[in-house]
Amino acid sequence: MEIRVTVNGKQHVSDVEPRTLLVHYIREVLGLTGTNVGCDTSSCGACSVHVDGEAVKSCTVLAVQADGSAVTTIEGMAAADGTLHPMQKAFMENHGLQCGYCTPGMVMAATSLLKENPNPTEEEIRIGLEGNLCRCTGYHNIVKSVLAAAGK
Amino acid sequence: MIPASFDYVRAGSAAEAISLIGQYGDEAKFLAGGHSLLPMMKLRLAQPTVLVDIARVKDLSYIRDAGDHIAIGALTRHMDVETSPVLAQHAPLLAHAAGHVGDPQVRHRGTIGGTIAHADPASDLPATTLALGATYVVQGPNGTREIKAADFYKGFLESDLAADEMITEVRVPKMNGAGWSFQKFNRRAQDWAIVGVAAWRGSNGSGVALVNMGQTPVLATSVSKALADGASIADAAALAAAEASPSKDNNASVEYRTHLAKVLVRRALEESTK
Repeated sequence: MEIRVTVNGKQHVSDVEPRTLLVHYIREVLGLTGTNVGCDTSSCGACSVHVDGEAVKSCTVLAVQADGSAVTTIEGMAAADGTLHPMQKAFMENHGLQCGYCTPGMVMAATSLLKENPNPTEEEIRIGLEGNLCRCTGYHNIVKSVLAAAGK
Repeated sequence: MIPASFDYVRAGSAAEAISLIGQYGDEAKFLAGGHSLLPMMKLRLAQPTVLVDIARVKDLSYIRDAGDHIAIGALTRHMDVETSPVLAQHAPLLAHAAGHVGDPQVRHRGTIGGTIAHADPASDLPATTLALGATYVVQGPNGTREIKAADFYKGFLESDLAADEMITEVRVPKMNGAGWSFQKFNRRAQDWAIVGVAAWRGSNGSGVALVNMGQTPVLATSVSKALADGASIADAAALAAAEASPSKDNNASVEYRTHLAKVLVRRALEESTK
Protein backbone atom coordinates (compact mmCIF):
# COMPACT_ATOMS: atom_id res chain seq x y z
CA MET A 1 0.00 0.00 0.00
CA GLU A 2 1.25 3.46 -0.86
CA ILE A 3 1.67 5.84 2.06
CA ARG A 4 2.70 9.47 2.27
CA VAL A 5 4.45 10.40 5.47
CA THR A 6 6.33 13.56 6.33
CA VAL A 7 9.30 12.59 8.46
CA ASN A 8 11.38 15.34 10.03
CA GLY A 9 9.91 17.80 7.55
CA LYS A 10 10.63 15.74 4.45
CA GLN A 11 7.83 14.02 2.56
CA HIS A 12 8.23 10.38 1.67
CA VAL A 13 6.03 8.32 -0.61
CA SER A 14 6.56 4.62 0.01
CA ASP A 15 4.97 1.32 -0.82
CA VAL A 16 4.73 -0.75 2.36
CA GLU A 17 3.17 -4.01 3.43
CA PRO A 18 0.22 -3.31 5.78
CA ARG A 19 1.95 -5.25 8.56
CA THR A 20 5.04 -3.03 8.48
CA LEU A 21 5.45 -1.38 11.87
CA LEU A 22 6.18 2.32 11.93
CA VAL A 23 9.48 1.71 13.72
CA HIS A 24 10.66 -0.65 10.99
CA TYR A 25 9.55 1.79 8.32
CA ILE A 26 11.56 4.54 10.01
CA ARG A 27 14.66 2.41 10.59
CA GLU A 28 14.77 0.11 7.59
CA VAL A 29 13.00 1.96 4.79
CA LEU A 30 14.09 5.50 5.66
CA GLY A 31 17.39 4.48 7.29
CA LEU A 32 16.79 6.63 10.38
CA THR A 33 18.27 4.35 13.03
CA GLY A 34 18.21 6.82 15.93
CA THR A 35 14.84 5.36 16.96
CA ASN A 36 15.61 2.17 18.87
CA VAL A 37 13.65 -1.02 19.29
CA GLY A 38 13.81 -2.10 22.91
CA CYS A 39 11.15 -4.45 24.19
CA ASP A 40 9.01 -4.52 21.03
CA THR A 41 5.95 -4.96 23.28
CA SER A 42 4.94 -1.31 23.89
CA SER A 43 6.46 -1.34 27.38
CA CYS A 44 9.88 0.32 27.26
CA GLY A 45 9.34 3.44 25.15
CA ALA A 46 12.73 3.27 23.38
CA CYS A 47 10.89 3.49 20.04
CA SER A 48 8.96 6.66 20.96
CA VAL A 49 8.52 9.15 18.11
CA HIS A 50 6.09 11.99 17.57
CA VAL A 51 3.12 11.51 15.27
CA ASP A 52 1.47 14.86 14.62
CA GLY A 53 3.29 16.28 17.62
CA GLU A 54 2.43 13.59 20.17
CA ALA A 55 4.66 10.83 21.51
CA VAL A 56 3.67 7.32 20.45
CA LYS A 57 5.38 3.96 20.60
CA SER A 58 6.30 3.25 17.00
CA CYS A 59 6.54 -0.51 17.62
CA THR A 60 2.77 -0.51 18.18
CA VAL A 61 1.73 1.64 15.23
CA LEU A 62 1.46 0.37 11.67
CA ALA A 63 3.16 2.49 9.02
CA VAL A 64 -0.17 2.56 7.17
CA GLN A 65 -1.78 4.14 10.25
CA ALA A 66 0.70 7.00 9.97
CA ASP A 67 -0.26 7.65 6.34
CA GLY A 68 -0.81 11.40 5.93
CA SER A 69 0.85 12.22 9.26
CA ALA A 70 3.88 14.25 10.25
CA VAL A 71 6.41 12.12 12.12
CA THR A 72 9.34 13.49 14.09
CA THR A 73 12.20 11.24 15.16
CA ILE A 74 15.25 12.03 17.27
CA GLU A 75 17.10 12.96 14.05
CA GLY A 76 14.57 15.77 13.55
CA MET A 77 15.13 17.40 16.93
CA ALA A 78 18.36 19.33 16.40
CA ALA A 79 18.38 22.40 14.14
CA ALA A 80 19.72 22.13 10.62
CA ASP A 81 23.02 23.70 11.73
CA GLY A 82 23.46 21.02 14.38
CA THR A 83 22.34 23.12 17.35
CA LEU A 84 20.85 20.67 19.79
CA HIS A 85 17.19 20.85 20.82
CA PRO A 86 16.93 22.29 24.37
CA MET A 87 15.87 18.85 25.63
CA GLN A 88 18.91 17.18 24.06
CA LYS A 89 21.13 19.88 25.52
CA ALA A 90 19.55 19.41 28.95
CA PHE A 91 20.17 15.64 28.82
CA MET A 92 23.81 16.29 27.90
CA GLU A 93 24.39 18.90 30.58
CA ASN A 94 22.63 16.95 33.34
CA HIS A 95 24.16 13.58 32.56
CA GLY A 96 20.68 12.28 31.70
CA LEU A 97 22.06 9.18 30.02
CA GLN A 98 24.58 6.45 30.49
CA CYS A 99 24.39 3.77 27.79
CA GLY A 100 22.09 5.97 25.71
CA TYR A 101 19.79 3.25 24.44
CA CYS A 102 16.62 4.69 25.99
CA THR A 103 17.67 8.30 25.31
CA PRO A 104 16.02 8.94 21.92
CA GLY A 105 12.72 7.67 23.32
CA MET A 106 13.19 9.62 26.55
CA VAL A 107 13.85 12.85 24.63
CA MET A 108 10.78 12.33 22.43
CA ALA A 109 8.54 11.45 25.40
CA ALA A 110 9.88 14.35 27.46
CA THR A 111 9.35 16.93 24.72
CA SER A 112 5.80 15.64 24.20
CA LEU A 113 5.26 15.90 27.97
CA LEU A 114 6.44 19.52 28.09
CA LYS A 115 4.19 20.38 25.18
CA GLU A 116 1.18 19.16 27.18
CA ASN A 117 2.43 20.44 30.52
CA PRO A 118 5.06 23.19 30.06
CA ASN A 119 5.56 23.67 33.78
CA PRO A 120 5.62 20.20 35.37
CA THR A 121 6.56 19.34 38.93
CA GLU A 122 9.19 16.70 39.53
CA GLU A 123 6.41 14.21 40.33
CA GLU A 124 4.55 15.06 37.14
CA ILE A 125 7.72 14.38 35.17
CA ARG A 126 8.19 11.01 36.87
CA ILE A 127 4.58 10.07 36.13
CA GLY A 128 4.76 11.57 32.63
CA LEU A 129 7.73 9.34 31.77
CA GLU A 130 6.07 6.17 33.08
CA GLY A 131 6.09 4.77 29.57
CA ASN A 132 9.88 4.90 29.23
CA LEU A 133 12.27 2.52 30.95
CA CYS A 134 15.94 3.24 31.68
CA ARG A 135 18.11 0.47 33.08
CA CYS A 136 21.17 2.64 33.80
CA THR A 137 20.44 5.95 35.43
CA GLY A 138 17.87 5.24 38.10
CA TYR A 139 15.95 8.06 36.40
CA HIS A 140 17.21 10.85 38.70
CA ASN A 141 19.31 12.63 36.10
CA ILE A 142 16.67 12.13 33.44
CA VAL A 143 14.16 13.91 35.66
CA LYS A 144 16.77 16.61 36.36
CA SER A 145 17.28 17.02 32.62
CA VAL A 146 13.57 17.49 31.96
CA LEU A 147 13.28 19.95 34.84
CA ALA A 148 16.20 21.88 33.34
CA ALA A 149 14.60 21.87 29.89
CA ALA A 150 11.43 23.24 31.48
CA GLY A 151 13.51 26.11 32.85
CA LYS A 152 13.61 24.92 36.47
CA MET B 1 8.02 -9.09 16.07
CA ILE B 2 5.93 -8.39 13.02
CA PRO B 3 2.28 -9.42 12.72
CA ALA B 4 1.29 -12.13 10.26
CA SER B 5 0.17 -10.80 6.88
CA PHE B 6 -3.22 -9.21 6.57
CA ASP B 7 -5.13 -7.01 4.18
CA TYR B 8 -5.81 -3.46 5.27
CA VAL B 9 -8.86 -1.39 4.37
CA ARG B 10 -10.00 1.95 5.68
CA ALA B 11 -13.53 3.00 6.53
CA GLY B 12 -14.70 6.59 6.31
CA SER B 13 -17.84 6.09 8.35
CA ALA B 14 -19.37 3.64 10.82
CA ALA B 15 -21.77 2.40 8.13
CA GLU B 16 -18.90 1.74 5.74
CA ALA B 17 -16.92 -0.02 8.46
CA ILE B 18 -19.84 -2.36 9.23
CA SER B 19 -20.38 -3.04 5.54
CA LEU B 20 -16.69 -3.88 5.10
CA ILE B 21 -16.56 -6.16 8.12
CA GLY B 22 -19.67 -7.93 6.83
CA GLN B 23 -18.03 -8.39 3.46
CA TYR B 24 -14.87 -9.97 4.93
CA GLY B 25 -16.56 -12.06 7.61
CA ASP B 26 -15.24 -13.58 10.81
CA GLU B 27 -11.56 -13.23 9.93
CA ALA B 28 -11.76 -9.44 9.84
CA LYS B 29 -11.23 -7.14 12.83
CA PHE B 30 -11.81 -3.46 13.45
CA LEU B 31 -8.64 -1.47 14.10
CA ALA B 32 -9.07 1.67 16.22
CA GLY B 33 -6.01 2.79 18.22
CA GLY B 34 -4.59 -0.70 17.92
CA HIS B 35 -3.03 -0.76 21.37
CA SER B 36 -4.70 -4.00 22.40
CA LEU B 37 -5.03 -5.60 18.96
CA LEU B 38 -1.55 -4.98 17.53
CA PRO B 39 0.33 -6.43 20.54
CA MET B 40 -1.88 -9.52 20.31
CA MET B 41 -1.22 -9.78 16.58
CA LYS B 42 2.53 -9.49 17.12
CA LEU B 43 2.33 -12.38 19.59
CA ARG B 44 0.07 -14.36 17.18
CA LEU B 45 -2.66 -14.39 19.84
CA ALA B 46 -4.82 -12.80 17.17
CA GLN B 47 -4.41 -13.42 13.46
CA PRO B 48 -7.08 -11.54 11.52
CA THR B 49 -6.69 -11.70 7.76
CA VAL B 50 -8.26 -8.26 7.25
CA LEU B 51 -8.07 -5.12 9.36
CA VAL B 52 -10.77 -2.51 8.86
CA ASP B 53 -9.19 0.73 10.08
CA ILE B 54 -11.87 2.88 11.71
CA ALA B 55 -9.51 5.40 13.33
CA ARG B 56 -10.24 7.97 10.61
CA VAL B 57 -13.98 8.02 11.32
CA LYS B 58 -13.61 11.46 12.84
CA ASP B 59 -17.28 11.97 13.71
CA LEU B 60 -16.93 9.26 16.37
CA SER B 61 -14.49 11.31 18.44
CA TYR B 62 -16.39 13.66 20.74
CA ILE B 63 -17.42 14.31 24.34
CA ARG B 64 -20.84 15.95 24.69
CA ASP B 65 -23.11 16.97 27.53
CA ALA B 66 -26.38 15.16 26.74
CA GLY B 67 -28.47 16.24 29.72
CA ASP B 68 -28.52 13.42 32.26
CA HIS B 69 -25.43 11.76 30.78
CA ILE B 70 -22.23 12.49 28.93
CA ALA B 71 -22.00 11.02 25.44
CA ILE B 72 -18.51 9.93 24.41
CA GLY B 73 -17.75 8.92 20.83
CA ALA B 74 -16.21 5.45 20.68
CA LEU B 75 -13.06 6.68 18.95
CA THR B 76 -12.29 9.27 21.62
CA ARG B 77 -8.75 8.63 22.81
CA HIS B 78 -7.85 8.01 26.45
CA MET B 79 -5.85 11.26 26.48
CA ASP B 80 -8.94 13.21 25.41
CA VAL B 81 -11.09 11.51 28.05
CA GLU B 82 -8.42 12.21 30.68
CA THR B 83 -8.21 15.93 29.88
CA SER B 84 -11.87 16.67 29.07
CA PRO B 85 -13.29 19.60 31.10
CA VAL B 86 -16.82 18.22 30.56
CA LEU B 87 -15.84 14.89 32.11
CA ALA B 88 -13.84 16.59 34.86
CA GLN B 89 -17.07 18.28 35.88
CA HIS B 90 -19.64 15.52 35.33
CA ALA B 91 -17.79 12.20 35.44
CA PRO B 92 -14.44 12.85 37.13
CA LEU B 93 -13.99 9.16 38.01
CA LEU B 94 -13.86 8.27 34.31
CA ALA B 95 -11.46 11.08 33.42
CA HIS B 96 -9.17 10.11 36.29
CA ALA B 97 -9.25 6.39 35.42
CA ALA B 98 -8.48 7.16 31.76
CA GLY B 99 -5.31 8.87 32.98
CA HIS B 100 -4.20 5.55 34.47
CA VAL B 101 -4.49 3.51 31.27
CA GLY B 102 -1.04 2.41 30.13
CA ASP B 103 1.22 5.45 29.74
CA PRO B 104 1.01 8.75 27.82
CA GLN B 105 2.13 7.19 24.54
CA VAL B 106 -0.56 4.52 24.85
CA ARG B 107 -3.16 7.14 25.80
CA HIS B 108 -2.32 9.12 22.65
CA ARG B 109 -3.53 6.16 20.56
CA GLY B 110 -5.91 3.95 22.54
CA THR B 111 -9.65 4.66 22.42
CA ILE B 112 -12.50 4.21 24.88
CA GLY B 113 -14.54 2.16 22.40
CA GLY B 114 -11.54 -0.01 21.64
CA THR B 115 -10.78 -0.91 25.23
CA ILE B 116 -14.44 -1.68 25.94
CA ALA B 117 -14.82 -3.83 22.82
CA HIS B 118 -11.63 -5.67 23.78
CA ALA B 119 -13.37 -6.54 27.09
CA ASP B 120 -10.20 -7.24 29.03
CA PRO B 121 -11.06 -7.71 32.74
CA ALA B 122 -7.62 -6.26 33.58
CA SER B 123 -8.29 -3.00 31.71
CA ASP B 124 -9.30 0.10 33.64
CA LEU B 125 -12.17 1.55 31.62
CA PRO B 126 -14.44 -1.50 31.24
CA ALA B 127 -14.68 -1.71 35.05
CA THR B 128 -14.93 2.06 35.47
CA THR B 129 -17.81 2.42 33.03
CA LEU B 130 -19.43 -0.62 34.65
CA ALA B 131 -19.23 1.05 38.08
CA LEU B 132 -20.76 4.21 36.62
CA GLY B 133 -23.72 2.34 35.11
CA ALA B 134 -22.77 3.29 31.56
CA THR B 135 -24.63 2.26 28.42
CA TYR B 136 -22.82 1.33 25.22
CA VAL B 137 -24.39 2.23 21.87
CA VAL B 138 -23.62 -0.39 19.26
CA GLN B 139 -24.15 -0.19 15.50
CA GLY B 140 -24.59 -3.22 13.25
CA PRO B 141 -25.97 -4.05 9.82
CA ASN B 142 -29.55 -3.85 11.19
CA GLY B 143 -29.22 -0.54 13.01
CA THR B 144 -28.21 0.47 16.48
CA ARG B 145 -28.92 -0.98 19.91
CA GLU B 146 -28.02 0.01 23.44
CA ILE B 147 -26.36 -2.42 25.83
CA LYS B 148 -26.01 -1.74 29.53
CA ALA B 149 -22.44 -2.23 30.74
CA ALA B 150 -23.81 -4.70 33.31
CA ASP B 151 -25.09 -6.92 30.43
CA PHE B 152 -22.15 -6.46 28.07
CA TYR B 153 -19.29 -8.56 29.43
CA LYS B 154 -19.72 -12.28 28.81
CA GLY B 155 -16.31 -13.87 29.43
CA PHE B 156 -12.57 -13.37 29.07
CA LEU B 157 -12.19 -10.95 26.11
CA GLU B 158 -15.78 -11.82 25.21
CA SER B 159 -18.72 -9.47 25.06
CA ASP B 160 -22.24 -9.21 23.74
CA LEU B 161 -20.84 -7.52 20.61
CA ALA B 162 -21.40 -9.48 17.38
CA ALA B 163 -18.52 -9.70 14.91
CA ASP B 164 -20.23 -7.24 12.58
CA GLU B 165 -21.14 -4.73 15.27
CA MET B 166 -19.07 -1.81 16.51
CA ILE B 167 -19.43 0.42 19.54
CA THR B 168 -20.20 3.95 18.43
CA GLU B 169 -20.87 5.74 21.72
CA VAL B 170 -20.40 5.34 25.46
CA ARG B 171 -23.03 7.03 27.64
CA VAL B 172 -21.97 7.78 31.16
CA PRO B 173 -24.55 9.04 33.67
CA LYS B 174 -23.57 12.32 35.30
CA MET B 175 -22.13 11.77 38.75
CA ASN B 176 -23.90 14.83 40.19
CA GLY B 177 -21.16 15.54 42.68
CA ALA B 178 -20.92 12.01 44.09
CA GLY B 179 -17.69 11.10 45.86
CA TRP B 180 -15.44 8.75 43.94
CA SER B 181 -12.18 6.87 44.00
CA PHE B 182 -10.00 4.88 41.63
CA GLN B 183 -7.54 2.47 43.17
CA LYS B 184 -4.98 0.76 40.96
CA PHE B 185 -2.48 -1.58 42.56
CA ASN B 186 0.38 -2.59 40.30
CA ARG B 187 4.12 -3.16 40.37
CA ARG B 188 5.15 -0.70 37.66
CA ALA B 189 3.27 2.50 36.84
CA GLN B 190 2.43 1.46 33.28
CA ASP B 191 1.28 -2.08 34.10
CA TRP B 192 -2.21 -3.46 34.21
CA ALA B 193 -3.71 -3.51 37.68
CA ILE B 194 -3.04 -6.59 39.79
CA VAL B 195 -6.33 -5.51 41.32
CA GLY B 196 -8.15 -2.25 40.65
CA VAL B 197 -11.29 -0.63 42.03
CA ALA B 198 -13.52 2.05 40.53
CA ALA B 199 -16.06 3.37 43.02
CA TRP B 200 -18.51 6.21 43.56
CA ARG B 201 -20.90 7.01 46.38
CA GLY B 202 -23.60 9.64 46.33
CA SER B 203 -27.00 10.51 47.70
CA ASN B 204 -28.71 8.05 45.34
CA GLY B 205 -26.51 5.03 46.02
CA SER B 206 -23.12 3.72 45.06
CA GLY B 207 -21.29 1.76 42.39
CA VAL B 208 -18.21 -0.39 42.86
CA ALA B 209 -16.48 -2.39 40.12
CA LEU B 210 -13.34 -4.48 40.24
CA VAL B 211 -10.48 -4.71 37.73
CA ASN B 212 -8.74 -8.07 37.19
CA MET B 213 -10.86 -10.00 39.67
CA GLY B 214 -12.38 -12.52 37.26
CA GLN B 215 -13.02 -13.38 33.64
CA THR B 216 -14.90 -10.11 33.18
CA PRO B 217 -14.89 -6.78 35.01
CA VAL B 218 -16.89 -7.40 38.17
CA LEU B 219 -19.69 -5.29 39.61
CA ALA B 220 -19.47 -5.63 43.39
CA THR B 221 -23.23 -5.48 43.99
CA SER B 222 -22.99 -6.94 47.51
CA VAL B 223 -20.92 -3.95 48.60
CA SER B 224 -23.46 -1.45 47.26
CA LYS B 225 -26.34 -3.39 48.77
CA ALA B 226 -24.66 -3.50 52.19
CA LEU B 227 -24.02 0.25 52.06
CA ALA B 228 -27.65 0.87 51.11
CA ASP B 229 -28.69 -1.27 54.09
CA GLY B 230 -26.60 0.90 56.38
CA ALA B 231 -23.46 -1.23 56.76
CA SER B 232 -20.21 0.42 57.80
CA ILE B 233 -17.51 0.88 55.18
CA ALA B 234 -15.42 -1.87 56.79
CA ASP B 235 -18.32 -4.33 56.79
CA ALA B 236 -19.30 -3.47 53.20
CA ALA B 237 -15.70 -3.77 52.01
CA ALA B 238 -15.46 -7.24 53.53
CA LEU B 239 -17.95 -8.31 50.82
CA ALA B 240 -15.74 -6.93 48.01
CA ALA B 241 -14.98 -10.31 46.46
CA ALA B 242 -18.48 -11.81 46.83
CA GLU B 243 -19.14 -11.62 43.07
CA ALA B 244 -15.52 -12.13 42.00
CA SER B 245 -13.76 -15.25 40.75
CA PRO B 246 -10.11 -14.19 40.52
CA SER B 247 -7.37 -16.22 38.89
CA LYS B 248 -3.78 -16.65 40.00
CA ASP B 249 -0.89 -15.46 37.87
CA ASN B 250 2.75 -14.45 38.30
CA ASN B 251 1.72 -11.37 40.26
CA ALA B 252 -0.77 -12.74 42.74
CA SER B 253 -2.44 -15.84 44.15
CA VAL B 254 -6.21 -16.08 44.41
CA GLU B 255 -5.99 -15.46 48.18
CA TYR B 256 -3.78 -12.39 47.72
CA ARG B 257 -6.09 -10.91 45.08
CA THR B 258 -9.11 -11.50 47.27
CA HIS B 259 -7.45 -9.80 50.23
CA LEU B 260 -6.26 -6.93 48.05
CA ALA B 261 -9.77 -6.38 46.67
CA LYS B 262 -11.15 -5.98 50.19
CA VAL B 263 -8.40 -3.55 51.19
CA LEU B 264 -8.73 -1.49 48.02
CA VAL B 265 -12.53 -1.38 48.19
CA ARG B 266 -12.29 -0.13 51.78
CA ARG B 267 -9.84 2.58 50.72
CA ALA B 268 -12.02 3.47 47.75
CA LEU B 269 -15.14 3.77 49.90
CA GLU B 270 -13.32 5.89 52.47
CA GLU B 271 -12.15 8.21 49.73
CA SER B 272 -15.62 8.28 48.12
CA THR B 273 -17.49 9.06 51.32
CA LYS B 274 -17.77 12.75 51.89
